[in-house]
Amino acid sequence: MKPEHYGIGIAKGLRVTIKHLFRHPVTVQYPEQKLHVSRRIRGNELVWDNVKCTGCATCSKACPIGAIQIATKIDKEKNKYDVDITVDTGYCIQCGLCVEACPYEAIYMGYSYEKAKYRRNEIIQSNDMLLPSETRIRSGYMSPGIAAQLPEQTLLLEKITEKEE
Amino acid sequence: MAIKTEPFLLNIGPQHPSTHGVFRMRATMDGEVIVDMEPVFGYLHRGIEKLAEERTYNGFVSLTDRLDYLSSMSNNFAYCMAVEKLAGIKVTERCEYIRVIMAELQRIASHLIAVGAFLNDCGAFMTPIVYMIREREKILDLFEMVSGQRLTYNYMRVGGLSQDIPEEFLPALDKFLEQMPRWIDEYDQLLRQNEVLLARSRGVGILPKETAINISASGPVLRASGVKWDIRKVDPYSVYDRFEFDIPTGACGDCYDRYRVRVEEMRQSLRILGQARKQLPGGEFQTPVVQPVHLPVGEVYGHIESTRGELGFYIVSDNSIAPYRCHIRAPSFLNLTALRDMVVGWKIADAILIFGSIDIVMGEIDR
Repeated sequence: MKPEHYGIGIAKGLRVTIKHLFRHPVTVQYPEQKLHVSRRIRGNELVWDNVKCTGCATCSKACPIGAIQIATKIDKEKNKYDVDITVDTGYCIQCGLCVEACPYEAIYMGYSYEKAKYRRNEIIQSNDMLLPSETRIRSGYMSPGIAAQLPEQTLLLEKITEKEE
Repeated sequence: MAIKTEPFLLNIGPQHPSTHGVFRMRATMDGEVIVDMEPVFGYLHRGIEKLAEERTYNGFVSLTDRLDYLSSMSNNFAYCMAVEKLAGIKVTERCEYIRVIMAELQRIASHLIAVGAFLNDCGAFMTPIVYMIREREKILDLFEMVSGQRLTYNYMRVGGLSQDIPEEFLPALDKFLEQMPRWIDEYDQLLRQNEVLLARSRGVGILPKETAINISASGPVLRASGVKWDIRKVDPYSVYDRFEFDIPTGACGDCYDRYRVRVEEMRQSLRILGQARKQLPGGEFQTPVVQPVHLPVGEVYGHIESTRGELGFYIVSDNSIAPYRCHIRAPSFLNLTALRDMVVGWKIADAILIFGSIDIVMGEIDR
């Protein structure tokens, strides 16, 4: 089957391409400009709350990969249980099942990306490294209270500013 | 004196940009014409079916994302539906509707990549796929909003969803539904009547109706051959029987038909989305389920119309917290078996095009 008039299809295609020349770009210059990620982002650094955590290891059991290890021991001086948590972020697939499983809301997904590490021993994180800090922000995944405090997600749907025809 | 020629073996892949993943074709060539073709795969094998046997039912949902990584929501949907079928869990209305919305958004996102990659293989280098990735990005934004990830959503659970949709989701969806038809029309205009594309894809790689049925192809590959077969219509699951939509079919099953069927399916998905958005009820998004989920002894097969065809999960349970056996019926895998029939007799440049028109995802084939 042959087209009736050669060249019309190509001209129509070119029209679309030329229209795009006059549209605003939708991309940003990444390292300088950054968009806001979702409030529920399952970022790549877990945040741990050592006050709420009871060391029940529900998160460890829920983890499909086995990246979380929890050990408890008796601290005789303070007469309480001490929780030892170790997260192998190299194995973590950021599925968020540990956050869902935790009955005490003691573990959160991180509100972060671009957290590459230079050394292998830095990817295994434990105890104090997992506490919330300025660089280790809690994400609103499974906790709407925290989500409300985070900035609103940038949507490409709203970003595209097209000239009306 | 005639020149003595003999067929030679040409190896394409596994590290080749047009094999869409780590797929390898061993083609026996007579000059530029393919006389025989042997697909070689297994480079991405991770043993996901075996991994299912040592994970809880909810724990495996995160791994179903890694099967067909361009339509993770459909995978979640199919798996959760199969488990719920055996457990006898009834999910709520709201949950069903949200699942349908997610599955249809995913179909559009996946078909955009399929069409873009196909046009890329045709030689329309990078322009269409970049436009289509931009549209897909809008859908990914919506998915990121509800589930927190952009590729491996892990959104559905046995008995419902992980979380309800946030309040800013529905306005964004409305905006998307308003914008998207115009974009699809525009991209359709980009290459539908292009003479070069027509010359390259019309009548190339014809898959006859009978062969398509014999190899148990499904999805757009089967429908392009003229068979009106869609699980959403012939065996309605979830709430699909409440929506009005058509099944687009092709005329003869060539590469062009497969491309057209995908574009039409995007339009039909938008129709379903519009209806689902209007009918979306309130209420609970989750049925309470005792964790970890225990299934009664038995076996179940749950299937949905995924973006690439019939995606099925066959689960055998022995009343423990993990399946005894979990088999995945991967649509790309069965569609790929048509490749040899379609490719033989065509030139090497057409083989790339035919292969692109099947739209496979290696994560699902090798599992």
